[in-house]
Amino acid sequence: MTQYDIAIIGSGPGGYVAAIRCAQLGFKTALIEKYNTLGGTCLNVGCIPSKALLDSTEHFHNAKTTFQKHGIQLENLKVDFIKMIKRKNEVVKQTCDGVSFLMKKNKIDVLTGVGSFVDSKTISIQNDKGEKLEIQAKHIIIATGSKPASLPNIGIDKERIISSTEALALKEIPKEMIVIGGGVIGCEMASVYARIGTKVRIVEYLPNLIPTMDKDLSKELERVMRKLGVEMHLGFKVKEVMRVDNEVMVSAEDAEGKTHDWSADYCLMAVGRKPFTQNLGLEKAGLKTDEKGRITVNENLQTSVENIFAIGDVVRGAMLAHKAEEEGVFVAEFLAGQKPHINYNLIPGVVYTWPEVAAVGNTEEELIKNKTPFKKGSFPFRASGRARASMDLDGFIKILAHAETDEILGVHMIGPRMADLIMEAVVAMEYRASAEDISRMSHPHPTFSEAFREACLAATENRALHI
Amino acid sequence: MIIEIKVPVVGETISEVTLAKWLKKDGDLVHRDEILCELESEKATFELSAEQAGKLSVVATDKAVLKIGAVVAKIDTSIQPEEKKEEAKPETQIPKPETISEKSYATGTPSPAAAKMIRESGVEINSGSGKSGRITKADLLAAIKNPKEKLETKNPKPKTRAERREQMSSLRKAVSKHLVTAKNQTAMLTTFNEVDMKPIMDIRNQFKDSFKEKHGVSLGFMSFFAKAVCNALQEFPAVNASLDGDEIIYHDYCDISIAVSTPKGLVVPVIRNAESLSMVEIEMKVAELAKKGRDNKLSLEEMTGGTFTISNGGVFGSLMSTPIINIPQVAILGMHKIQERPIALNGQVVIRPMMYLALSYDHRMIDGKESVTFLVRVKEQLENPTHLLFGQDPMKYLLDL
Repeated sequence: MTQYDIAIIGSGPGGYVAAIRCAQLGFKTALIEKYNTLGGTCLNVGCIPSKALLDSTEHFHNAKTTFQKHGIQLENLKVDFIKMIKRKNEVVKQTCDGVSFLMKKNKIDVLTGVGSFVDSKTISIQNDKGEKLEIQAKHIIIATGSKPASLPNIGIDKERIISSTEALALKEIPKEMIVIGGGVIGCEMASVYARIGTKVRIVEYLPNLIPTMDKDLSKELERVMRKLGVEMHLGFKVKEVMRVDNEVMVSAEDAEGKTHDWSADYCLMAVGRKPFTQNLGLEKAGLKTDEKGRITVNENLQTSVENIFAIGDVVRGAMLAHKAEEEGVFVAEFLAGQKPHINYNLIPGVVYTWPEVAAVGNTEEELIKNKTPFKKGSFPFRASGRARASMDLDGFIKILAHAETDEILGVHMIGPRMADLIMEAVVAMEYRASAEDISRMSHPHPTFSEAFREACLAATENRALHI
Repeated sequence: MIIEIKVPVVGETISEVTLAKWLKKDGDLVHRDEILCELESEKATFELSAEQAGKLSVVATDKAVLKIGAVVAKIDTSIQPEEKKEEAKPETQIPKPETISEKSYATGTPSPAAAKMIRESGVEINSGSGKSGRITKADLLAAIKNPKEKLETKNPKPKTRAERREQMSSLRKAVSKHLVTAKNQTAMLTTFNEVDMKPIMDIRNQFKDSFKEKHGVSLGFMSFFAKAVCNALQEFPAVNASLDGDEIIYHDYCDISIAVSTPKGLVVPVIRNAESLSMVEIEMKVAELAKKGRDNKLSLEEMTGGTFTISNGGVFGSLMSTPIINIPQVAILGMHKIQERPIALNGQVVIRPMMYLALSYDHRMIDGKESVTFLVRVKEQLENPTHLLFGQDPMKYLLDL
């Protein structure tokens, strides 16, 4: 039986990054993956393919709605959806191949098959031909991630009632789509299809889109998505989803208790994700999951069994690829005797709608709840020269700073390319910068980043320059 | 008028000094009381200042050996320097630019990489060189002195056979003469003992924080040793005596010389009447003398006399040594490094923080019995700190045996 220092189950961004870091630190490392491609949800059916489709559809949407204003004439503009999906598949393949290369480069043994515990130090791996292999490892990292969740009594048939996985690989443009859930995935997929002509409805139980984020972001995103033609049904409770031939019937109840019925050719369940530990044989390792299906870990991501760790979507915290990556690096370094740390408060969140939404730190609602004295400053993109030039006038940047020390406590942005700009806020906050510190740094003109500085000026002493 | 600046009388035994360093140049316009140069005697460094304002002309050169009364410089008082004016404050004050040492809520915030290094190295660092005292990775690298870099010294020093020849400083010369005299003219030998430091370390651990808070000085080991030594000296007056030719001088006081290492070499300031000082007073005096020693501010007065010397080689890690008597004294106590060692205690092997003690003494003056008993008495007091109160076993004292 082959012996490893560390075996990692699951090759998503948590697992494969952990494997690379383990190998860098000199551990003999095995990476176990049940699918034939590495990269997990993120690379195969999550972050990467959704971004590919979001970019493609945004190009089309721009061509249709803004090119004429730019002075570009187009005739017979149309979507070749099959080609769009094919390009997405190529992007995914290249990215997954890249991970395979990284495994070879770092001399990590990739073992394909379903990994399950035999005991706390032994894992059996069964591939799709039924062949079994057993390995032993001193330490094991569980990185099995998550799967799309559904609502009670509503089954996902993967044809008409679909999850994000199927929504990224449809064979036709839906005429009508009902998206249940107005979170990150719901908003992104609604954007993809609304841009290429699908009549999209979002049905969300809570009164706001992206409900965990700052309310001002929710409101602005709702406004721009309505402008895109997405119908909003916020504060609606879905009662029933029923497939009738090639149609899906959805009935939901509004806040007053009135029932609404809609039909569409597709219904996307985007109500979140649940930790995935099926077939892992946790009980054989002496492990259990909590009421939410998560594996309980301590502050070092160590489970109740000393030599077993768990990272990413399968443990507490935000279900984000970059959070899982941080945790993968953390465990590898921890096992090497180092003392790493993860600042969970400064893990940024991003929504790849257009305009993009991004945030880090505390929301205004959290600061009010914690009774933290704060001041705020915001700057709208309609006052930005760069945004006028690119016709990206929706959105704003909002800074929340401590009322006394001026330390930046939260940054909330919705606007063009905010997914990248949020990093300025993360760096600033890791170094505990004040709003004035940012105001005193030169920002290149004309850029979207100027809006960040202007919002900081507004937060400092309400002295934004360009509004 | 031209006035002469001469080497002043600095002590009865000192006949010459060395000009250590000129602080002013020939031709400088100097103010009254401005310091002109540093002189070095056998025992101390002192400064020479201008008696009058005027133009300086240098007479003695750097490193010159000068007799007492020799002319060091001349000052022409007919040429006066410009009066120092109170700098007129400008009408609008120009604010000072923000300095990096400015304190803020973020002072001491480590960068993510620095934070990891702090956790791993255990280095204590409260503020750094970053903006508003933030701690940077460079601060940590400097604090830790990355052992990796040490191992991978890229340019090892090339082999060399060069030599250097330098004048001995006056201080070094004096020390050397003094030590050789002690070796040659005394019948010096050394007796050893060892002390279990646990009782004192316990007391120290218990009270060091409150002691420091209340008195502003740390509770060191010196006060315990000085106290124990004074008690023992009073019991054995011969150890506290000094020799002058064929005559013995007995002292009814204990002036304890403490050997202090300074940048310029070893100096031995004196704690006067240590027998009547409290532990706090001893610690304060030690701290004061040590600081003066490091700053080269010890006066001759503070270094003269002394009836017994305590020397602590332990601060540098010495496990055992034979100190040389500071003549005309007749004995010296050597303290050493405290090291955990297994010892036999009541038939059991236990690990205790142990220190070797060495007493070098002049056998012409002190007999073996006296010296050994003296050292045993010191040891007993240190191992039974209650004895420090009475100078001997409290049972014997209270029962008046």
